[in-house]
Amino acid sequence: MENLSASSRTEAFPVGLRVLVVDDDPTWLKILEKMLRKCSYEVTTCGLARFALEMLRERKDHFDIVISDVNMPDMDGFKLLEHVGLEMDLPVIMMSIDGETSRVMKGVQHGACDYLLKPVRMKELKNIWQHVYRKKMQEVKEIEGHDINEDIQIRNEFEDFEDRHVLNGTDMNSMRKRKDVDNKEHADQEFTDPATVKKARVVWSVDLHQKFVNAVNQIGFDKVGPKKILDLMNVPGLTRENVASHLQKYRLYLSRLQKQNEGRNFGGNMQSDFSSKDVTANFDLHSSTQMQQNGASSKYIYTNQKIPAQVIVPDGCADDFKNVVSLQVMDSKQALLSDVSDSQKVNSVSQLGVLLSFKEMMPIVDMKPLEPAISRHQSWNGGIPVMQFMQYPKHNHKRCSLLEDYSCLPKPDQEHQVFADHVHTPPSVISVTCNTEDDMCSVSELKPVHTNQKSSHIKPISPVPFMTNPVSVQVDSGLSNTQDYSGLSNTQDFGATCGKDGSTNQKDHYNDQTCSGWIPPPLQLSLTNETDLVSLPEQLQLCSLQGIGCFENVGLNNMEIFQYNDSTSAIEVHGNWYDSLEFNCDYLYDSADYPIVDECLFA
Amino acid sequence: MEYSNLRHRAADMRKSLFDQGYLDEQFYQLEELQDEVSPNFVEEVVTLFFRDSARLISNIEQTLDKCPQDFVKLDAYVHQLKDSSSSIGASRVKNACTLCREYCDEKNLEGCLKLFHKLKREHAVLRQKLGSYFQLLRQVGPMEIATRPSM
Repeated sequence: MENLSASSRTEAFPVGLRVLVVDDDPTWLKILEKMLRKCSYEVTTCGLARFALEMLRERKDHFDIVISDVNMPDMDGFKLLEHVGLEMDLPVIMMSIDGETSRVMKGVQHGACDYLLKPVRMKELKNIWQHVYRKKMQEVKEIEGHDINEDIQIRNEFEDFEDRHVLNGTDMNSMRKRKDVDNKEHADQEFTDPATVKKARVVWSVDLHQKFVNAVNQIGFDKVGPKKILDLMNVPGLTRENVASHLQKYRLYLSRLQKQNEGRNFGGNMQSDFSSKDVTANFDLHSSTQMQQNGASSKYIYTNQKIPAQVIVPDGCADDFKNVVSLQVMDSKQALLSDVSDSQKVNSVSQLGVLLSFKEMMPIVDMKPLEPAISRHQSWNGGIPVMQFMQYPKHNHKRCSLLEDYSCLPKPDQEHQVFADHVHTPPSVISVTCNTEDDMCSVSELKPVHTNQKSSHIKPISPVPFMTNPVSVQVDSGLSNTQDYSGLSNTQDFGATCGKDGSTNQKDHYNDQTCSGWIPPPLQLSLTNETDLVSLPEQLQLCSLQGIGCFENVGLNNMEIFQYNDSTSAIEVHGNWYDSLEFNCDYLYDSADYPIVDECLFA
Repeated sequence: MEYSNLRHRAADMRKSLFDQGYLDEQFYQLEELQDEVSPNFVEEVVTLFFRDSARLISNIEQTLDKCPQDFVKLDAYVHQLKDSSSSIGASRVKNACTLCREYCDEKNLEGCLKLFHKLKREHAVLRQKLGSYFQLLRQVGPMEIATRPSM
């Protein structure tokens, strides 16, 4: 950059910061966009909180910071704030004309990193990059002590961040060093060159995990150690560190299960549900192993840089998912949790929320005792297995182990699929959750991967807090047909700003389309072969993308996107938008670091 | 010269808008945002504002008409309008909104109505004045912004 000079280095730094602005007021949106552009930031605007959330979910790594108004008709700004903090962990700045202390306090309580009073001045916007930077620094700190995989992830993220923004050289170097923390198993932290430390991410597929578990069982859980496991597993390319970190997670997982079991009243039927016969071959292995452990089905939910948390899949009634939803507990976000546990909304969600969209899953700090829900999808005809994705925070394997995981999906036509791994086959479970408030309309719209499966099987479970809309899962069976998202560029016009007038329409439209976005549509998974599996994630992603424009505003500079008050145009665009929207898996995959099943327990 | 007269007129108009409290600091911000990339930025924003605020006003009117006791709703709309008017620095409109909201808080329908009519008037006046101003500006062409009157 030409303006890069030693003296102006600090100024050059935030150039290109990717900001998402959310405000229902079109005038403000236009002004803020102009202001931010003048700060040399990359701006994306959105007039509807819901769309913003969708956008964020779809393209997790596409934004560095979110600025949102507090008072918005479709969603409370604080709620958006919570979601963003939980799901994407991006810094959020609140804005409001109302500067009352109580409101500001509320903002802070909900996690806002700043609260600006309207009218906002450009000079206030100039400095928002500090929040991004600060957060990155915090992340770097966090990785210390986490296993190396996380380090790598964070390092990668950080490096991306650096690449995008010119950073002060010395600062970055020191930061890099901090990031290069070696495997935690090593007592010392070695500062190595990032390049050499970078390792290929390991995808802990079902098979791999199977081997792992077998090895562990063979050795004897008490005597297990990474080296022994590694030797037994005999997987070329797998390193001791990989095993070590996986082992750690596994241990955590098991210990949670134990805690769960103590004092939990697992429906007896749960156990019976875990009949290996109900599962595919792969799964059988798992389930049998699981049986050995305990009946709790659990999932791992990993959060980005957070401690993997185990999610217990409620076995039993699909209707019992409410509890499941509460899985997504965030340590610090108890409020949200409690919302979730409310479950009223979750009704008959039977699956655990699929934290598909969460590349960085919320850490489940406290496993709330969830009633085992698992595969008991009686209401589901075929017992669509809840696909539970174990989302592993760091590695964003695009394809994730999701693919592999699917192989363990129970056959659709089997009752009581115990998907949820009882004990530790989290990965095998993909729970697609959708909001079930309305009985999953999506179900009907689902085009099951397996024709046997009735979409009704899958009851989308949506973590209540995250989903307020019924998700209509529309899964195109032919995922491969997803349209090229490049077509989405057309939506740019429509895009970022959901016009006010048009917004209602959009909203309707959006609702029609359902797909709350972050919950992948319930999938009929009876994937028995790789191809199915392969398509699965796409489907999932698709669903989430449904109805959401890809507000690819990078090139917004030249576009007049604002069609705020022009409802007609909004509608028109809307139409176009939806036409071109479709589901482009490829696009989704490429753009979304949004591994459906990120690590699935296997990092 | 005619042109010079026009320019003076435009400048005077602008100054009086500020002096009389129709516009505030925020309007300067908009003017400063205007550049080669968006040479008509201010007018565009103002146009956008009037379009959107007309809708808001109509919402309020309907609410007052149909469910006048719904102060929560009223308050929400007025709040939106206030927010919006702050965007262009429509100071009088904004103040009327603030007062109106106070009446809403007190559930004072009469006060609400009174203030609503006031803000509607202010809104109309501002629209007319800014309309003339921009019209003049178009005739004059880009003109350097006068120094900010001390506020």
